Amino acid sequence: MKQITAILEGFGSTLQLLIRSIGYAGTLPRQWGRFIEQCYMIGYTTLPIVAILSFFIGSVLALQAGYSMQNFGTQQFIGSLVGLSMARELGPVMVAILVAGRVGSAIAAELASMKVYQEVDALVTMNIPPARMLVMPRLAASLVMVPVLALIGDLVGWFGGAIVSKYTAIISIEPEAYFAVLRHYTHFKDVLNGLVKAEIFGFVVVLVCCNIGLNTRGGPREIGASVTRAVVVSLILILVLDYFVTQILT
Amino acid sequence: MAGTSHTRNPFTQVETPAVGVTVEHLSKNFGSLKVLKDVSFAVQPGEIFVLMGPSGSGKSVLLKHIVGLELPTAGRVAVDGHDAASEETRERVRMALVFQSGALFNSLSVYDNLALYPREHRLADEAGIRQKVMHALKILSLEGTAKKFPADLSGGMKKRVAIARALVMEPQLMLYDEPTSELDPVMSATISEIIASLRVEYRVTTIVVSHDRDLALNIADRVGILMDGKLIFLGPPSELKQPKDPIVADFLTPKIDLQHPRFKQLET
Ligand SMILES: Nc1ncnc2c1ncn2[C@@H]1O[C@H](COP(=O)(O)OP(=O)(O)OP(=O)(O)O)[C@@H](O)[C@H]1O
Ligand SMILES: [Mg+2]
Repeated sequence: MKQITAILEGFGSTLQLLIRSIGYAGTLPRQWGRFIEQCYMIGYTTLPIVAILSFFIGSVLALQAGYSMQNFGTQQFIGSLVGLSMARELGPVMVAILVAGRVGSAIAAELASMKVYQEVDALVTMNIPPARMLVMPRLAASLVMVPVLALIGDLVGWFGGAIVSKYTAIISIEPEAYFAVLRHYTHFKDVLNGLVKAEIFGFVVVLVCCNIGLNTRGGPREIGASVTRAVVVSLILILVLDYFVTQILT
Repeated sequence: MAGTSHTRNPFTQVETPAVGVTVEHLSKNFGSLKVLKDVSFAVQPGEIFVLMGPSGSGKSVLLKHIVGLELPTAGRVAVDGHDAASEETRERVRMALVFQSGALFNSLSVYDNLALYPREHRLADEAGIRQKVMHALKILSLEGTAKKFPADLSGGMKKRVAIARALVMEPQLMLYDEPTSELDPVMSATISEIIASLRVEYRVTTIVVSHDRDLALNIADRVGILMDGKLIFLGPPSELKQPKDPIVADFLTPKIDLQHPRFKQLET
């Protein structure tokens, strides 16, 4: 019972924060500096790990597909499998998980410590709403940067699949053939579909982590607890949302 | 408090009426802990009100109610006649609270800490803001710290930066939570002078939580003493020189008694 009220409360306060933040969207031009700073935070810090992980996920996809397809002699279709899986599912979900781990945790830690050390209270007494200064620029930055990360993840993952396809004995497909199949079966619509997913996941992760950070109560020990909660809640939401968004989008 | 009292906003030169504060039957519980018990008093527009009381008696909690950071369990707190916690009051009345802990923005330099309020509310251009900020830093002997970050400051410096940040806001209602507790005697006297002169120049309504008897006796219009969540004294500072109530007398001038130390009396 207690858990259910906690979940409902969390949902309600997140929704409230969302509405408030949207109300401040008009202040974006004069918070341009903060917006760019957050874009940098989300994009630049997550890019290397997105690239590395995407590369290996694309590679493993090709390897597994090659292993199971060799029985049917259909290896030449590997490009379509890697292309579609990366674009529609693995790219966006993986980027969202990395954003939760790298960006969401950092946001929760920063806002929780501002709350615990009364900086948020100071903002409120200065009549500077935290939703305007702390949340809105982060949400806007997530909208811009997460799809970019997902697109880069797609491209690197496809590339990883191509390399494995060429150099694995049981597959041995030239990159030209691999990409020809990939292009034929992976449409712009599929990529777009994945980017929309990434956009939704990234936005929700940033919003939830902001809310959990700002609702931290108590002493410094609660900062760590908030970070853990923010990441766990984000991961659960990504996977649950993935199911529903996929249903809606297909 | 003579005549029509007005607070002049030094940025816009617009005069707004000085604001008063009323606290009516305020009670506050944290769970089962009763922190404030039926506290009532009023601070007149342009008055300097000093609140004293032992550690843990609820002074900081009371200040937080006045700026609307805490909500009363029972009773009412009004600023300029309107509910202190409402957003509308915050929009209309410019209030500043110097937190006991300073509450500086750790990710911003001292300069940016001070400049945040005028920038966010677009009160002046950068040159105008710079002038205000440097002036506030100067009167608190903080010129050298503008580029430093809060983590690199001493306790007393943080306190002074917090005061400077509140001064830059040029508020109609100014609340200080133990502004002089970490400062040397000369700096404490300076703070008292600043508080008093703000009232003379700008008719700022002021509430100071302080243990500093010199400050209370020299600049207060009235003093309140909070003990155990109840207001046990309310009156002009002159009455504190020969207090009738023995509890008040003992609080203000405790005798250090080495023959019968207090902590030993507690044990028996
Ligand atoms: N958010 C809170 N939750 C629970 N208890 C609180 C909270 N804030 C304050 N208290 C309790 O309220 C009481 C009064 O605290 P307060 O900070 O107002 O004391 P104070 O008079 O300012 O003391 P000091 O002079 O030491 O600063 C203390 O017992 C404190 O533990
Ligand atoms: Mg206190």
